[in-house]
Amino acid sequence: MLRYSLKRLLSLVISLVVASLIIFAVIEVAPGDPARFMLGINAQPDTVAALRAELGLDVPKTQRYLAWVGGMLSGDFGISYTYRVPVGQMIADRMWVSLPLALMALTLSTVIALPVGLYAANRRGGRGDMAVMGLTQLGIAVPNFWFAIILVVIFAINLRWFSAGGFPGWDAGLLIGLKALTLPAVALALPQAAILSRVMRSALIDILSEDFMRTARAKGLTRQQTLWRHGLRNALIPVLTIMGLQFSFLLAGAIIIEQVFYLPGLGRLVFQSISQRDLIVVESVVMLLVFAVIVVNFAVDLAYAAVDPRLRSRL
Amino acid sequence: MRGSFTLIIGAAMTLCFAIAALVSFIWVPFDVTLVDIPNKLQRSNGQHWLGTDHFGRDLLSMIMVGARTSIAVALIAVGIGILIGVPLGLLAAARKNSWLDEMIMRANDLIFAFPSLVIAILITAIFGAGAVNAIIAIGIFNIPVFARVTRGGALSLWEREFILSARVAGKSGLLISVEHILPNLANLLIVQGTIQFSLGILAEAGLSYVGLGAQPPLPSWGRMLADAQTMVSFAPHLALVPGGAIILTVLGLNLMGDGLRDRLDPKLRGRPV
Amino acid sequence: MPQRCTTRAFTSVLALIASFGTASAAETDITIGMQLEPPHLDPTSAAAGAIDNVVYSNIFEGLTRFMGDGSVVPGLAKSWDISDDGLRYTFHLRGDVQFHDGTAMDAADVKFSLDRARAEDSTNAQKALFAGIADVAVIDPLTVALTLEAPNGNLLFNLAWGDAVIVAPETIETIKSNPVGTGAFRFVNWVQGDRIDLARNGDYWGTAPALEAATFKFISDPTAAFAAMMSEDIDAFQTFPAPENLPQFDADPRFKLLIGSTEGETILSTNNKMPPFDNKLVRQALAHAIDRQAIIDGAMFGYGTPIGSHFAPHNPAYIDLTGNSAYDPAKAKALLVEAGFADGFTTTLKLPPPSYARRGGEIIAAQLRAVGINAEISNLEWAQWLEQVFRGKDYGLTIVSHTEPMDIGIYARPEYYFQYDNPAFQDLMTRLTATADPDQRRAMLQEAQTIISTDYVNGYLFQLAATSVAKTGVQGMWLNAPTQAIDLTGISWAD
Repeated sequence: MLRYSLKRLLSLVISLVVASLIIFAVIEVAPGDPARFMLGINAQPDTVAALRAELGLDVPKTQRYLAWVGGMLSGDFGISYTYRVPVGQMIADRMWVSLPLALMALTLSTVIALPVGLYAANRRGGRGDMAVMGLTQLGIAVPNFWFAIILVVIFAINLRWFSAGGFPGWDAGLLIGLKALTLPAVALALPQAAILSRVMRSALIDILSEDFMRTARAKGLTRQQTLWRHGLRNALIPVLTIMGLQFSFLLAGAIIIEQVFYLPGLGRLVFQSISQRDLIVVESVVMLLVFAVIVVNFAVDLAYAAVDPRLRSRL
Repeated sequence: MRGSFTLIIGAAMTLCFAIAALVSFIWVPFDVTLVDIPNKLQRSNGQHWLGTDHFGRDLLSMIMVGARTSIAVALIAVGIGILIGVPLGLLAAARKNSWLDEMIMRANDLIFAFPSLVIAILITAIFGAGAVNAIIAIGIFNIPVFARVTRGGALSLWEREFILSARVAGKSGLLISVEHILPNLANLLIVQGTIQFSLGILAEAGLSYVGLGAQPPLPSWGRMLADAQTMVSFAPHLALVPGGAIILTVLGLNLMGDGLRDRLDPKLRGRPV
Repeated sequence: MPQRCTTRAFTSVLALIASFGTASAAETDITIGMQLEPPHLDPTSAAAGAIDNVVYSNIFEGLTRFMGDGSVVPGLAKSWDISDDGLRYTFHLRGDVQFHDGTAMDAADVKFSLDRARAEDSTNAQKALFAGIADVAVIDPLTVALTLEAPNGNLLFNLAWGDAVIVAPETIETIKSNPVGTGAFRFVNWVQGDRIDLARNGDYWGTAPALEAATFKFISDPTAAFAAMMSEDIDAFQTFPAPENLPQFDADPRFKLLIGSTEGETILSTNNKMPPFDNKLVRQALAHAIDRQAIIDGAMFGYGTPIGSHFAPHNPAYIDLTGNSAYDPAKAKALLVEAGFADGFTTTLKLPPPSYARRGGEIIAAQLRAVGINAEISNLEWAQWLEQVFRGKDYGLTIVSHTEPMDIGIYARPEYYFQYDNPAFQDLMTRLTATADPDQRRAMLQEAQTIISTDYVNGYLFQLAATSVAKTGVQGMWLNAPTQAIDLTGISWAD
């Protein structure tokens, strides 16, 4: 176990280093001068040069890379070119929106997917199952931003049950904040719930054909009880894996939804920063997201290996 | 039987759009680049079966040409994924547990770790918006998927009797991979291919929606949706038509994939070739 | 019976309470939507109009200022004397002005602000405005003397710009995130990505504004802007980004439209040094291939005034030269043949993000295609546009709106991105700057408009309309946009 952990730790570090190099290289290649962008049409060349010097854009690339990595290791993500405030602070502020949003969407999709998947597995092959399969197919096919527009038109503009977007801040109250995140969370949750239901269903169906399930049935348990007591627990492993993947997708992939609902989240920050050529913010946010996924994978791998020694020789 | 049903429905839906795309090369009801302001924002009528947009362009023609873009981008992206991902997966499986295998799997994980939408936006924003860069951006993320699926399928095949005997008989790993393993993976790859194809259509729509896909005047479903947004309260058909096209195409592909999996999976997997 | 009475009493008490709640909130607070978020809050070191929207005449003030009708009136300088040779301006400052941190505003602050703007290493985006100032001298705490290198009839006008506001050395370090000015409102709070809050300045030297607090909310997405207005999340939206929704607001009794004019000449900029646009016949063909009204109807849904030269129609010196570039595709084709392009040609049409450019571009491309010119569209972000088009001059055609007031002088700069080099015009502009007499100036401006129109330097499309939306009760928002600003000092709620 120790040897395995050390091996994985080594590849984690290597992955992070390679990722940082890739990110830095790709973003530095980007044409477009942040200083010129900030100063606009009428700026004179010497003004632009002065701003470039102020922003530290003329320092050689290797030096900037090392400064960036060194800064990140000590928790300093640099200063945003456009906003002139610490990037770390901006990310933290945006996390207060993106994290709850991702959690809400994940919760919503799980709450829908588990019973639906259970129901479909129970009635496998029957009408109920086919209905579920059909509906989930539809759910997967719907682009979430299109669904978001429909939601806004119906619930915000016509019914006025929800505001059309924006985020008043958690200071305004927990319930108010949650209400503002409701429509976005629903838009995000729909396709995820569809996918998760299908995964749940197929995981349960696989489990159902296992020997130990037949033993349970032979012992006299009904199909319901078998599913519930034994099936569900074992089916949770692939389901949890997918949920983990979905969470990291939701965190970064909500870019378009945040745009539609004008939420001050991480996705919109990245999008705006790309347009404004605010390189430091883009680099740091992408690095952070990659770091989060790699670390989560590492933890999950260790957990699996600890539980099941067979997994230690790489599957 | 049920497999056949979904397969037929799915194939029919997909074929509809594929045919529309092909026909659009030779003929469309109206020129999509023609701007006809006096006729703007019409509902569906005898002349324009699906109505017109805010520039007076015929929606049906735009859907047909847009089908070209969506299908081409998604298809080529799948092609990239297969052309690069499958050999990598075969290689990794043939050299299981070696450092090469480890490297390939680590590289896979690394690509998976990158937030795909963010990277796609970054690539198109940096290297220029357009269909070509959209293909590259989407294709990159198809590679690890096919590599992983190929490796997984190949690994279980390597355990089979007939492969082991070929090994013992002295055949090289490369030859075995190409002659025996690859053909048996065909079904797996076809099914995965349809899945990635449908994901590619959604990804292209998303990129076009934020303006980074195919550029004007070439119509694209995602961009049609973006243009339609502000007018959805008085001209809903502008959003419903392209949205419907995306949904139906993706649905068709997914149903086809499901049907294929149900048909090919139990019967053909494992028959020695 | 008793139950009905209590229910009725209950509901009327509720209504009373509710009316208190909404009434007090509505009458002295306002939430205004804006499309772009300012990158920071220092108007003197960046070009972003969004900064001026938030701070101009609200937080910061200059020696002079613009009013909603475009006139230039005294600001922090209550009066001034101009020497006979036009080289020396003596400004008399108001005596009772304080910065928001309590320190007094005096001549030393004015000197500091102007010197900072015109310094060698200044990052002021409009440094050219201050270029002709040779010296700024403090005569006494309330008097400042400016000495110019040459007479400049535009000086008072230039000092009214947002880039010339008066700032204080004590608070200059943190001006970008905590602006401290002399205006009627003080900065309270900035939630990045969401909004900026301002509150009334109790120690303001001038008339107290009707509003007690204001919030600027940033909503870049046009659909989101529409939804925010319709669901009454915000009270007004300055420069509403989607003209297609304006009829709906107009028809809705809750809202009203505020339509006026801006200083934005929207033009099809042409690279005069790139073949085939170096041939005047080709540029003339372009002008006749374009149908302005179709562009206004298609891209701006009818909002906008056609222009025939680079000059605002609402300006008294304007002359209508649209006849020079009337829509005539046949004539356009004939001119192309004459220029040697019977088969047409291909060129690039690079478009920045605003919808007038993107939509206008698609329409123009279609119109050009009809006469044989194949314009390949590239949609660029601002950063790319500035890099490729503005700095690199690597383009054939582009569409952009020049929103600085009275900027016809840009045609006298041969290195400006349309690369038009006409010595006669440059001479005219030099003479114009030195002229103060209004009649002579008008004649010169008219001559200037005629020259660039008959030279077909650019395709002159339309003057951008100011299209704001507000709840019916909001009074005092500017109809026109003589400069980028959302002036809160004149805004109030009707009873």
